[in-house]
Amino acid sequence: MNIWAYIIRRLLYVIPVLLGVCLIIFVLFNLVSPDPTLIMLGKHASVSQMEDLRRELGLDRPWFLQYLDVVKSAFTFDFGRSWSTKQEIIEMIKAGAIPSLTLSIPAFVISTFLSISISLFVAFFRGTILDRTIVFLCVTMMSISSLAYILFGQWFFAFKLGLFEISGYEFGFPYFIPYVILPVLIWVMLGIGPDVRFYRTIILDEIYQDYVRTARAKGLSENKIMFKHVLKNAMIPIITYVIIQIPFLILGALLLETFFSIPGLGGIVLSAINSSDFPVVKAMTILISVAYIIFSVLTDVMYTLVDPRVRLK
Amino acid sequence: MSETKTQKSKSLWQHAFSELTRDKLAMLCLTVVIVYAISAIASALGFIGADWAKEVGPSYAPPSGDHIFGLDIFGRSVFDKMVKGTEVAMSIGLVTALISMVIGVTLGATAGYFGGKIDEFIVWFYTTFTSIPYIMLLVAITFILGKGLVAIYLALGLTSWVGLCRLIRGEVIRHKDREYVHAAAAIGGGDFRKLFLHILPNVLHIVIINFSLQFQTAIKAEVILSFLGLGVQGRPSWGTMIDDAKLELARGVWWQLAAATLAMWIVVLSLNILGDALRDALDPKLKGK
Repeated sequence: MNIWAYIIRRLLYVIPVLLGVCLIIFVLFNLVSPDPTLIMLGKHASVSQMEDLRRELGLDRPWFLQYLDVVKSAFTFDFGRSWSTKQEIIEMIKAGAIPSLTLSIPAFVISTFLSISISLFVAFFRGTILDRTIVFLCVTMMSISSLAYILFGQWFFAFKLGLFEISGYEFGFPYFIPYVILPVLIWVMLGIGPDVRFYRTIILDEIYQDYVRTARAKGLSENKIMFKHVLKNAMIPIITYVIIQIPFLILGALLLETFFSIPGLGGIVLSAINSSDFPVVKAMTILISVAYIIFSVLTDVMYTLVDPRVRLK
Repeated sequence: MSETKTQKSKSLWQHAFSELTRDKLAMLCLTVVIVYAISAIASALGFIGADWAKEVGPSYAPPSGDHIFGLDIFGRSVFDKMVKGTEVAMSIGLVTALISMVIGVTLGATAGYFGGKIDEFIVWFYTTFTSIPYIMLLVAITFILGKGLVAIYLALGLTSWVGLCRLIRGEVIRHKDREYVHAAAAIGGGDFRKLFLHILPNVLHIVIINFSLQFQTAIKAEVILSFLGLGVQGRPSWGTMIDDAKLELARGVWWQLAAATLAMWIVVLSLNILGDALRDALDPKLKGK
């Protein structure tokens, strides 16, 4: 297939997926979820009160109009107002995004860099005691509940030893740093187990390819094989894996943000969940889904341009 | 030479079995999982941990000879709660893994085998599904189903089938034009027979590996649900125990967190190692590596 035809087809596929995402969100929140007016007004609301509120929220209109609203909001990012705080949702999201990103970007960069380095190191020593020990350590680390890491880390390093801020946040460049160090460290600890294992598998998959045997046969050094041939080929799946995680960084870390009182999107989502604030939960879901769809198209297109084998499929 | 010819070659399953039984670590992990499963059944039948709700001493009594994991806020034995929690954890792991297995295999096999419009529809469906962040989907489903164990089963089960579905679809596509499937068609086997009696046994190893991984993922996810206030109520679970610890640690009460984390860590680690051992034993592509 022509490369541009493939790319255009891939781009057009965004439309049905986006409509599908909106459909699932619409079905979950508008059709089958419990009546929101009941949640907002409590059990003793009169029927007329409920009807008024339904009209006010636009829930009395035909279902396809409500579905269209969801689709429209995915393009315009106009999500309306929060039910509980009455603020414009997009403004809430803009305000929450910055603290979230100050936590998630450094954490993501550090943990990705560290995991790839460790996995390269481990793959180099594949099959030895060192390799097995590190893999075992990874599995051990990822078997501990993430909540336990957060609770223990905060209690031990911040509360007991007083090395870091226990919780809180300050806006502005150097000021936020003391507040995010510990959450970043915990994030790295949480991610390193599964990531190292994943990257190691990718690299090992490459090491057992025929071209590596050929490279060895013509007498290349192990270093040259590793960094010039294996790493180059392994980079494609690694980059895909890295890029596809980026959309979820907007959400920050729901748990970390809550425990360390970072006023980010995670906290906004959590309080929206607790107060059944559907529009906010819907808005965040749509936003991350749209970002995910865009990023997955980008990786696919990039794949096509970089790796000629993909086009054959 | 003639001797080896008459000797029946080992099937994949025989080979995997002998490989697994030789792996001491995997056998140890299997034993651990079995012990947990027996504890869960014994606790469900009321043989152990039945007295978890009884007040046996002062609030927050630290670990001692009588109560190795101390007491909780109501003076209940943390050890008994931990034992009782096995029931919730193991049932969540089992039911969730079963739900995701049934959905994943059915959709994946249907898409892969029939192809065409059906395949396009199923691929569209899971592509759409994966575009929505997992935690939001989980929350939305628990919103609808309310609280309780059944809601947790369904929420975790309904959100975790995509990986398996994708794998099974790919494998079925690879298998459906193989000679043995054509042979089955030649002797009059219908679609149903070909798919379930001939192709599925050949992709069963993927299902088994996935099952053990899904099992432990679900046990870990229960903690997150408890934290979100969507967890089990009225009975102890490791998730609610860990969640309780957020108010206890500042007062120096670490034993409830320790007990639940330890209990969960041992079984999740065992399932992880077992899953890896199963993959090594069952995945022919990895043979000899």
